[in-house]
Order: sequence, then C-alpha cells, then structure tokens
Amino acid sequence: MKRVLGISAYLAVKEIWRNRARFLLVSLVIALITLLVLFIAALGEGLGNGNREYISKLDAQLIAYQAKSDFLISASRLDRDRLASIRRVAGVQDVGMLGTANANIILPGGGEPLKAALLGIEPGHVGEPPIVQGRPLSTKLADEVIIDRSTALRSGLQVGDPLRIRVTQGTRDEFYELRVVGISDGQQYALQPSIFVPFFTWEQVRPKSEAEVNSGNDPVGNVILIKVKDPAQAESVSQRISAQVNNIEIATVAAAIQALPGYSAQQSTLNTQGGFTLFIGLLVIGGFFQIQILQKVAQIGVLKAIGTTNTIVAATFVIQISLVTLIGVAIGGLLSFLFSLTFPPTVPIVFNGTTSAIAIAALLLIGPLGGLVSIRYAVRIEPLKALGLSI
Amino acid sequence: MKNTSYSIETRSIIKTYQSDFGVIQAVDDVSLQVSPGEFVALVGPSGSGKTTMLSILAALLKPTSGSILLDGQDISAMSETERVALRREKIGFTFQANNLLPYLTAVENVELMLRLNNKLDKAGSLRAQELLARLGLGQRLNNLTGQLSGGQQQRVAIARALIHNPSLVLADEPTASLDTERAYQVVETFAGLIHEQNRAGIMVTHDLRMCEFVDRVLQMRDGKLVATYNDRKSIMKLVNSRAGD
Ligand SMILES: Nc1ncnc2c1ncn2[C@@H]1O[C@H](COP(=O)(O)OP(=O)(O)OP(=O)(O)O)[C@@H](O)[C@H]1O
Ligand SMILES: [Mg+2]
Repeated sequence: MKRVLGISAYLAVKEIWRNRARFLLVSLVIALITLLVLFIAALGEGLGNGNREYISKLDAQLIAYQAKSDFLISASRLDRDRLASIRRVAGVQDVGMLGTANANIILPGGGEPLKAALLGIEPGHVGEPPIVQGRPLSTKLADEVIIDRSTALRSGLQVGDPLRIRVTQGTRDEFYELRVVGISDGQQYALQPSIFVPFFTWEQVRPKSEAEVNSGNDPVGNVILIKVKDPAQAESVSQRISAQVNNIEIATVAAAIQALPGYSAQQSTLNTQGGFTLFIGLLVIGGFFQIQILQKVAQIGVLKAIGTTNTIVAATFVIQISLVTLIGVAIGGLLSFLFSLTFPPTVPIVFNGTTSAIAIAALLLIGPLGGLVSIRYAVRIEPLKALGLSI
Repeated sequence: MKNTSYSIETRSIIKTYQSDFGVIQAVDDVSLQVSPGEFVALVGPSGSGKTTMLSILAALLKPTSGSILLDGQDISAMSETERVALRREKIGFTFQANNLLPYLTAVENVELMLRLNNKLDKAGSLRAQELLARLGLGQRLNNLTGQLSGGQQQRVAIARALIHNPSLVLADEPTASLDTERAYQVVETFAGLIHEQNRAGIMVTHDLRMCEFVDRVLQMRDGKLVATYNDRKSIMKLVNSRAGD
C-alpha cells in the first residue's frame, strides 16, 4: 500500500509539475467555480440573514400569533390583554409585544432616505436587542431609539444623534424626531436595517391607514415574543398557552423563521443555483481529465505493459485530480475572502463558517467525482495499446 | 517438463482472431526457444504475425492454445495479476513509439522500472546513469524525453528494458523511426548489452539489415515460422539480400 502510494504520488506530482501551466489552468477554472459557489452560498446566507437576523437572535423560544394568521407576522394582530394573559401562564418567564412597520430615516447629510424596519418593543423585556454602544431604552422617555449596526453603518448615525423618520399616516407624510440612545449588533428584519422604539412610541409613529388615524382603539401589536423559564420545556409551555389563551397560534422561533415571507423560497432558489454551479464544475473537471486521458492512451498502455498495476494507475489519477481540485479550491477560497473585504455593508453577502465549509466540502468532492469516468477509462486501457495492437 | 536451459520457450502457439470475414490465424503453431545471452530477430512481411507473437511472449496476450515457459515457468496459465508482476520483474520492453513518459527525464524513465519493482536505491540510480552513459546519453540524463531525438529515446527505452535485470528483453521495431546510421548504432549497442548481461533478446523488425547483429533470425509468414537462419553465413546472406532496398 505504501509502495503504491509512493509510486502514484511520484508519477502524479511529476506530471503536474512538468505540465504546471496546463494543470494550473484547470485549477484556475476550479477557482472561479469555487468563487461562484462561495458567493452564491454567501448571498444565500446574507439574504437569509437579512430576513431572519432579528428573529434568530431573539432570546425567546416561542412566538404567539393571532389565530389563522398563517404565521405571518405582518398579518397578525394581538392586543395587550393577550400579553398579560400569556405572562400569567406557568413556565413563562418573560413576554414582549412586537410591532413591525417600515419607516424612512431622513439622513442628516441629505440624499435618499434610508428605508428601515421600525420595530416597537417593550423596553427591558424580551425583544429588545442587546446594546453594544450607548444604553438600552429607558421606560420613561418616549423619543428614544436604538439603531442596529447595519443602520449605523448605512446612516452614519451615532449615539446621541437626533434621528428623523418620515412615515405615512392616513393621507399625510408625518415626520418624527427621535434620539439615538444605543446601537445594537446587526438586527436586520425583512431585509432592512432596523430601528427599535418603545412599543407605545411605535404606536404613535408607525405608518397608519386613514381609518387607524381616526379611530381611538387600544394599541395593537403584531406578535408576542415569549421567553420560557426552561427552554427544554418550551413545547409543554406552548401547549399550556394555547390551552389558556384563546384566539392565538404559537410557533417556535425556528418555525417562525421558515414562515418569514419568501424565506424558504429564496433559500431553496439559491441552493439550487449553488447545486447547478457545482454540477457545471463536475462536468468541467470530468471533461478535462477525460481529454487528458484520451491523449495518454498509449502512455498508459506503456505503463501497464511494463508492469504497472491498475491500482497505481488509478491512484495516480485520484491524486492528480485531488491536488488540482485542492489547489483550485484554495485559490478560489482566497479570492473569495479578498473580494469579500471589498464589499460595502449594503451588499447582503455574509461568509458564514458552516455554510462555506459545506460549500468547500462539496467543491472538493466534485473533482474526484468528475474524474470517476476517466479513472474507469484509464483502468480499462489495454496494455496492448503500447504495441499499437488494439483489441 | 521443466527445461531451465532456455530463458523462453514456446510450444505450438496458436492465436486465432474471430472477425467478420471469418477466422484469422494470426499465429499458427509456433514453437521457439531462446537461451540466455542469445539475441534473436523475428522477421517477416506485414501481417505475418510478428507483433502478435511478441505480445504473447510478453504476457500481454493469451494464446488460443499452446504454452509459454519463461525461466521454466508456464505463463499461459497465469492470472492477470501474476502477468503484471511477471512483466514488471522478468521482462524488459522497448516499443516502436511512445516508449517513454514525457514528464520524466531520461534517467527518471530508466529508474521508473526499479521504482516499480521497489528496488530503487543509490546503487540502482547509479547503475541507471552508467547504463545511459554506456548508451551515449551521459550528457542527457536530466533531459525530458521531448528534448531527445528519436534515436536517443530508443536508447533510453533500451536502458529501461535492461536496468532491472530481466530474463527476457523484447523490442518491437526498435529502429522504425530512425535513419540507417542511427538504427545500426542502436541495434549494435542493444546486441552488445544483451550478450554482455546474458539476457534472452527478441527483436521484431522488418529491416533485414538489422539482422547483422543478431545470433539467429526467425522468419514468419502467414502466422507460421517458415525459416530459421542460425549461422553467421546464412544470416549475412539474408542481410545483404535486402541491403539495397
Ligand atoms: N486484434 C485483432 N483482431 C483481428 N485480427 C487481428 C488482430 N490483431 C492482429 N490481427 C491480424 O493478425 C494478423 C497478424 O497481425 P500482426 O500485427 O501480428 O502482424 P505483423 O507481422 O506485426 O505485421 P506488421 O509488420 O504490419 O506490423 C494480421 O492479419 C492482422 O490483421
Ligand atoms: Mg507489427
């Protein structure tokens, strides 16, 4: 076995080295495919992240929706009575109302307003994002706002700055002035950067229809975020809430993410694209090595005629294909990394360790897979070809 | 049954091919013996079965019937794995073309034979260099084969065919791609080494002038062995009969 590997590695490396230009070319093609696959994966991660970031980072296990809302946050309406009812259920540690809406942030320097998710949360309760700079919302002052990292990056706003938003209420555009008290980590929601205001402020400043402007109804949020005492018991707490509070439906956070509008469809589209790119890579590598082998029939015939075993012939190919793929993926990975440094924060591209690792593993596999046909072909070459005799 | 005085011996070799036009008798009842230190030429017109016979001697092709004894061992009964090992250990080859691996240097091509046999060490490497020097390639050891002329490549192939001390050395048209001057040189050196190292050598050629350096000429026609030239005089007569072609 050691002898086989020794000879195979020797032949494989010698051939690659003495034809390095040609093999490098294939490695570069693989590098480009790697770049493409990694970027599609990063785009999937970026878009997915932009969609789910706030929800996935929640310190909650369950989310309560209005019954029959199909787990669509924007379609769900829940009042504060329900908030109180859920809080009383045994096993619930904390609850927070969440109101979602959109707002345009008027940038201090002028220019196009920044579209952001306007999220109303309960200060000090589940739903308020962790602060990395400044302080959390206080419960007393209504004009406070936390902006997430992506809002800060795109707007240039800092702690202490005034923040003006424009919303449409009824038929009029209204402007509200808030004050940035804290900056959270990235908390994008619905592919937008987020800003967080106290729930009652949210009720004031959110976009409203004409009817809503005129009615004096109690404030209504979209969903209720629920933190349970023991996450392992989330399931039974969920059942208790369903039994004790009427007219709601409950999802786990994971299920809530899958139910985000367009989330699953988008992820599967990008996964399909990534899969197709891998498939093209498979064909490219397969094609290259097949052409290589067709040119080397006589050579392989000589090798076999002088007593080289099929195992050595096959192992040589496997080593070559693996090396060429490895080098290509390494170059592609490096290029992806360098490119990613140049992207502005507005581009939804996120290189996530796990996703990239899966993509790289898939890329490393396509080499040997693409070469399978050629290896089979090489093994079947008759040593008689060395004598110009064919069977 | 065992006869150890011959390096290679065949008994009534028959090879038939089935084709659309009926059965082709490529080799028809050929029996031959070659002793150590003996260099034999296999000649005959095109299609007479020389390459087929050589392939059978090389354990590359199984005869339809008959037996082949290499160092007294019957190789016609061997499994494919055993044949591969046999070719690696006991047989040396030169082919008409595409002999060498283009991505190895001259000396690496020769050493490959030792490498395959797990016998490459300092001494082996030195022997490979000496052998190439004997063949006039002392200055070309580290050239890739693409940088060598056809004759130089044939000489590298000859070194490769001899380096691992095989019992049997086979050459298919070793001079086909060479001009006359080079061809003489190559075959003369080849013959010298076979005699000196005491190998059994068989060379297929259709250039009768090359028979000047062999000890015996076997002539084939239509798959049959039709004539044997044993002594110097009759061999030289054969050589001169075609020298003017
Ligand atoms: N694989 C095969 N299938 C069918 N017929 C074959 C095959 N190989 C050889 N033959 C036939 O066997 C006969 C002998 O062929 P062979 O190649 O041994 O001749 P040769 O003496 O080497 O000729 P040349 O001098 O042209 O190389 C020819 O008639 C050839 O057509
Ligand atoms: Mg022939």
